[in-house]
Amino acid sequence: MNKTDALIIGAGPTGLFTAHQLNLIGLSCEVVDNLDKIGGQCIELYPDKPIYDIPAVPECTGEQLTNNLINQLKPFDIKFHLNQRVEEVKRDNESWIVKTNSGTTFLTPNVIIAGGVGSFEPRKFPVKECEYYENKSVFYSVKDKKIFEGKTVAIFGGGDSALDWAIELSKKSKVNLIHRRDEFRGAEATVNKMRTLVKEGKINLFTKYQMTSVHGNSQLESIDIKNDDDEKKNLKVDYALGFFGLIMQLGPIANWGLNLDKKTIEVDTEKFETNQKGIYAVGDICSYPGKLKLILSGFHEGALAARACFKLARPNEKYRFEFTTTSTNLLKRLGKKE
Amino acid sequence: MAKITYITSDAKVHEIEVQNGLTVMEGAIQNNIPGIDADCGGGMACATCHVYVQDEWFNKIPKKEDGEEDMLDMAFEPKKNSRLSCQLIVSDELDGLVVNIPTKQA
Repeated sequence: MNKTDALIIGAGPTGLFTAHQLNLIGLSCEVVDNLDKIGGQCIELYPDKPIYDIPAVPECTGEQLTNNLINQLKPFDIKFHLNQRVEEVKRDNESWIVKTNSGTTFLTPNVIIAGGVGSFEPRKFPVKECEYYENKSVFYSVKDKKIFEGKTVAIFGGGDSALDWAIELSKKSKVNLIHRRDEFRGAEATVNKMRTLVKEGKINLFTKYQMTSVHGNSQLESIDIKNDDDEKKNLKVDYALGFFGLIMQLGPIANWGLNLDKKTIEVDTEKFETNQKGIYAVGDICSYPGKLKLILSGFHEGALAARACFKLARPNEKYRFEFTTTSTNLLKRLGKKE
Repeated sequence: MAKITYITSDAKVHEIEVQNGLTVMEGAIQNNIPGIDADCGGGMACATCHVYVQDEWFNKIPKKEDGEEDMLDMAFEPKKNSRLSCQLIVSDELDGLVVNIPTKQA
């Protein structure tokens, strides 16, 4: 069991700056995120896109913003638990016990949900029967490419993941690449390589086709695909791989007894606390009258939630407001003073 | 103002007067029309405000920009007449537009 003053769910910009604020006022924190890297939507959705509305930063990309926020955390010792999704939040007297899907547990008086719009999950095939074959014959990521050796594979998608795997698996498998239009959004060099392999007969390409149904018993045996003009084809395949990017799902957060408004969590604007004492929501996932889904709003919300955490983490102490320009305490925590 | 008709997957028809300058997505969100999620808030970064534009309108409305078609690759059951409703800006010219909302967004 990890004991900490505050647990932050979500390592996007809001979660990162909230961690900074907690540590600055002398509280410890740990951070959990479902992605395999720090940065949240900024790193997953728009690492290369410039952002123009961060105060005092005229222009920076999602990746630069993330790196700057990570640098700002350098004076502090913060443990990140990546690739883990928080499944359960349970009250235990004055604290919360938090469990992730990897079995990591935390005991903390404060849980700060900085979850964006939930956790990122792969987008799945619209064909419902695919659920039955999921992780047997239908996959949305590749963990062990050896299982495809000598087999026939159908790969769906038009981005880099679909193309990279089509190229890689074509070395040892029979690959069908299926995409809903003629254009691919993957990197030009990758698209060209794929087209060469198509010419050499190493990849069977079907454009303007989408999956309509799957057939098989315990394992997948074939799939039906249909094009824009309703022409159908049946392909004998052992595996189907879908690469349609990631979608944000609220996921287990919905089960924690919080007041929700659609996919957002209702909070007050003093502490950014939810209807549960000691659980806060900040950033895109929180809602209150006048909420703006801007990164700068998340920073403000995190700063206030951090102060609220102080009361529960240090019930016998009084929080005193200080400036980083003048406070010896803060400068010590920042490593600027002995 | 333009009258926009949203047809949800259960065939319910919602006729809404939407202010010029708002997007078709915002018209749906502000009027609680089910089936449009708009997770990213209108940034063309999520494909959860996906709609089917009825044929007689599809060629009349402004064409897609590059990024929209890329995002539609990720939409749930995209078709020839798929659009992201956050990219459709309401104006007098769109008065009478009819869009169908998919069975789900993801």
